[in-house]
Amino acid sequence: MLYREAGQFKTSYAADQSVFPLVEDRIGMAATLLVAAAVIPAIGGDFLLNGVMIPFLIFALATVGLNLLVGYAGQLSLGTGAFMGVGAYACYKLTTHFPDVNIVLLIVCSGFFSAAAGIAFGLPSLRIKGFYLVVATLAAQFFFEWAFIRVGWLYNDNPSGAIEVPSREMLGIAITGAAATSTTRYCVVLAIVILMTWLASNLVRGRYGRAWMMVRDMDIAAELMGVPMLRTKLLAFAVSSFYCGVAGAMMVFLWYGSAEPSAFSIRVSFQVLFMVIIGGMGSLLGSFFGAAFIWAFPILLRLMPELLGLKIESQAVDQLAQIVFGALIVLFLIVEPHGLARLWILAKQKLRVWPFPY
Amino acid sequence: MDALADIFIDPFVQMAANPVFLVKVIWEGLVAGMLYALIALGFVLIYKASGVFNFAQGIMVVFSALTLVGLHERGLPAYAALIGALLVMLLLAIAVERLILRPLVNQPDITLLMATIGLTSLLIGLGEIVFGGEPKTMITRELGLPSGSIRLMIADRPLVLQKLDIAAGATALLLITALAVFFQRTRIGRALRAVADDHQAALSVGISLNQIWIIVWFTAGLVALVTGIMWSAKSDVSFALEIIALRALPVLILGGLTSIPGAIVGGLIIGVGEKLGEIYWGRLVGGAIDSWLAYFIALIFLLLRPQGLFGEKIIERV
Amino acid sequence: MNKQSLSLAAFIAAVALPPADHAMAESLYVPLLTYRTGPFAGSGIPVANGMHDYLTMLNERDGGIGGVKVEIEECETGYTAEKGVECYEKTKAKKPLVYNPYSTAITLQLIPKAPVDKVPLLSMAYGLSASAVGKDFAWVFNPPTTYWDGTSAIIKHIAGQEGGLDKLKGKKIGFIHLDAGYGKEPIPLLEQFKSKYGFELFLYPVPPKEMQNQSSIWLNVQRDNPDYMIMWGWGAMNPTAIKEAANIGFPMSKFYGVWWSAGEDDTRPAGEGAIGYRTLNLNGTGADYPVIKDIQRLVVDTGKSQVTSKDRVGENLYNRGVMNSVLVAEAIRTAQKLTGKSAIDATDMRRGLEHLEITADRLKEIGLEGFMAPMKVTCEDHNGHHSVYVQEWDGKQWKPISDWFEPMKDVVRPMLEQAAAEYVAKNKPPGRTESCD
Repeated sequence: MLYREAGQFKTSYAADQSVFPLVEDRIGMAATLLVAAAVIPAIGGDFLLNGVMIPFLIFALATVGLNLLVGYAGQLSLGTGAFMGVGAYACYKLTTHFPDVNIVLLIVCSGFFSAAAGIAFGLPSLRIKGFYLVVATLAAQFFFEWAFIRVGWLYNDNPSGAIEVPSREMLGIAITGAAATSTTRYCVVLAIVILMTWLASNLVRGRYGRAWMMVRDMDIAAELMGVPMLRTKLLAFAVSSFYCGVAGAMMVFLWYGSAEPSAFSIRVSFQVLFMVIIGGMGSLLGSFFGAAFIWAFPILLRLMPELLGLKIESQAVDQLAQIVFGALIVLFLIVEPHGLARLWILAKQKLRVWPFPY
Repeated sequence: MDALADIFIDPFVQMAANPVFLVKVIWEGLVAGMLYALIALGFVLIYKASGVFNFAQGIMVVFSALTLVGLHERGLPAYAALIGALLVMLLLAIAVERLILRPLVNQPDITLLMATIGLTSLLIGLGEIVFGGEPKTMITRELGLPSGSIRLMIADRPLVLQKLDIAAGATALLLITALAVFFQRTRIGRALRAVADDHQAALSVGISLNQIWIIVWFTAGLVALVTGIMWSAKSDVSFALEIIALRALPVLILGGLTSIPGAIVGGLIIGVGEKLGEIYWGRLVGGAIDSWLAYFIALIFLLLRPQGLFGEKIIERV
Repeated sequence: MNKQSLSLAAFIAAVALPPADHAMAESLYVPLLTYRTGPFAGSGIPVANGMHDYLTMLNERDGGIGGVKVEIEECETGYTAEKGVECYEKTKAKKPLVYNPYSTAITLQLIPKAPVDKVPLLSMAYGLSASAVGKDFAWVFNPPTTYWDGTSAIIKHIAGQEGGLDKLKGKKIGFIHLDAGYGKEPIPLLEQFKSKYGFELFLYPVPPKEMQNQSSIWLNVQRDNPDYMIMWGWGAMNPTAIKEAANIGFPMSKFYGVWWSAGEDDTRPAGEGAIGYRTLNLNGTGADYPVIKDIQRLVVDTGKSQVTSKDRVGENLYNRGVMNSVLVAEAIRTAQKLTGKSAIDATDMRRGLEHLEITADRLKEIGLEGFMAPMKVTCEDHNGHHSVYVQEWDGKQWKPISDWFEPMKDVVRPMLEQAAAEYVAKNKPPGRTESCD
């Protein structure tokens, strides 16, 4: 009753092709953005912003990046953690070399470095496919993890071996470092994520996005139809790594505040891959759902006993959360193997005919 | 020029200068390779029969070893605990078949991969709740595993070999041979190969997929238990062991996802290759390179043969 | 507005507004970031038990500190940075007095946050060595001694074995370390010693995911054949290294570990092979101290502890945890004395830590005579570079083989000041605003 397309006539091709063809969708999107941009920073405490929202958005961006590669271009990758690390270390090197350049600009620029890394390790994808390709991306993962530890130049030979985030300002407001409030950092993260998601949504609907999907569905057929394999696959790796790199730079500069190489371990790669799969492959909205589910859900599980007033030892909470989480993933895959994005579409279908399904 | 000499001449001079040490390095590589091959074997078995890339193999190694030690701590004699651990792995296989594989049959590979990761999380939590997070000492002596070392003199230089390493290599070899015979010669083995070839055709001649899956997962559990015992005898039983499963991935890819001999040959190549690389070339680039060297070795082989050394040829049609 | 709506408003206010100030004033909230899960649980569990049990014992025996109960809350970090942040943010709202992260990675993350959120950070003998410099790190404390002190102490002890620092010339020393911030910290000092005393230095990094797969590292050790080995390990790395060393027949009495590579669980798996393995230590081991007896009586026997068996009370890392809580408790007492309040806040706690002094008499008073070296923290020196001793594993337990001795403070302190100056130049943290009093 509330959610119907009846009566909404498109009078131009542009209107017919728009991302949100329905007024209801546009209202919903605007409301979400309003909540994200105004309500959450206004009411959220440090725990909500720093512990939940900032990491959620950062992981959502990394998930969007990986989804471009796995979900749209069909190339399986387990190197996300390393590409995020390349972004973070690039940003650290850039800001220590050029301390006066705007930090937000540097965060975005560091994406180009991980894009280059992505291209280098994407080259084998021209010859290797499927699970075998995983090994190429794993080579990237372990090689970079090793480099972050062993190449002193990357972390300016800090005795601690970690990269520490210096204080940087923009327009007189501290953006990074300890003096930056969580609200400021949240707003910067949110702006970058919205902008880059918007770009991605246009990209996947355009020529390159469609070429990626052809490669995913059957690369030989795509090649026969004139899609250049080299350019298309490498571009997918480059764009995907660019997104991951920016996410990695934000992770260290706007969330952690300092990072050891272990912050970019294989665990992160897995985590982001879960987010892609649980969210729904080939869906940008799904990326956000997936990130929310994988990141926020365990936090909620860990908060549960306290909210219910149960006295459970902290490690038991953690272990129980782990069991419940594992079981839920399996359950979820059985119920809906195509991810949360599919559930969302089903829900919308239901909503269209609600409350009169016949 | 110096750099070139460092890379191409110096290591070989070192090898020639101390051949006994070279033998030792290769020996350690072979032992490590056998253990990698064992883990890879667990992957291969399951991938062949059910098309699942089983990421839970690593945690199965920890979980089975923990069960063994945990049962022993609770008062069971060592061999009874061994049987107990095997029973637990059987229960796990049945549970996996019932609760994960059966409902997820015919789903895309990546969904199944994801399900095994869910299983990993579940087993970590379960293992820690039941047995606690404290590391435990493997009951090597109670299981009758040898300790100590053998000292050989070769050209006046001592070569010390650990008895445990010999036992590990021998056990791995025995297990792999036994499994190979099992799959080649027995009825169940033939059924299993039929399933691996074509699920539907196998079903149509009356082979029970569910039964086969239970058998394969149990075999993988058995392999995990043996790996767990051998590996934790080198240090202790703790959740850090889970990560060694990652060491089997390059082995697996190198040997081909579906080939048992591939897993063994791949394991030995990777084991020896990474030891030689680390000892003779590692210092040149800062050391500790064996964490990624294996992947690069595998990658080079893959570029030459995209389906792995022994994998089935990939034929693509439009 | 009539009376009824007024009382209604009062009721709503009472229900809706958290009774924060009231509840907080009556307790001393000390969150403990611990890890009882994951690959480092082996080292994390005894420390967590020790920290938790001493504070619980104070609550049981004395009704808290200065008459105020200590509210203890553990938060599981799994030794990972991301859960560390989560725990920090989760506990911060409850106005904690001090943080004990027990992870170098989490410590590094919290160091810049401490002066902003105004919560002091106690990283007892771990974390960033440079944070010993009080003028740059007002809110960070790492007593009683730093990794660089530890390194110098080991070198000093080795020199004692050899008959003088000049005898180190031409010797080969191997350094096996966890390849992370924690393990790499001693390297600059070792390099400096290397050029000063003329020994050869070999580095053996152990990546965190290779902790239980060290065979190539020990092949390298066999090839280089060092005279001494020094270890900076944690978690599953320790037992594996000790076992491998025993396997290759490395003389254990020439194998030195830092105070964190000194758990009973680290040596036990190697059995007989571990006999003779030496480590530094900061605290006494065993259960013979009156305080440990009190813990057994009031906490363990009453089931308020999480230790799996009673004989684990008094193990080295357990006692390390106790020592950590002793520092916290004594700092709280100092702060109570300084401010005259019994319910102190985090700012008072910082002053308490800055004036922390535990004399030999005081140790005797609290039932820990000889348990640790008397210590003193000052405004300039947040560490103190206190004495350590060397102990040896005899197959059953740790036996001290040296007296308490001082590290080479004269070498370490200038390096610390330089490192702190570099940190400040690089990261430009807000400068110290708190005056020394």
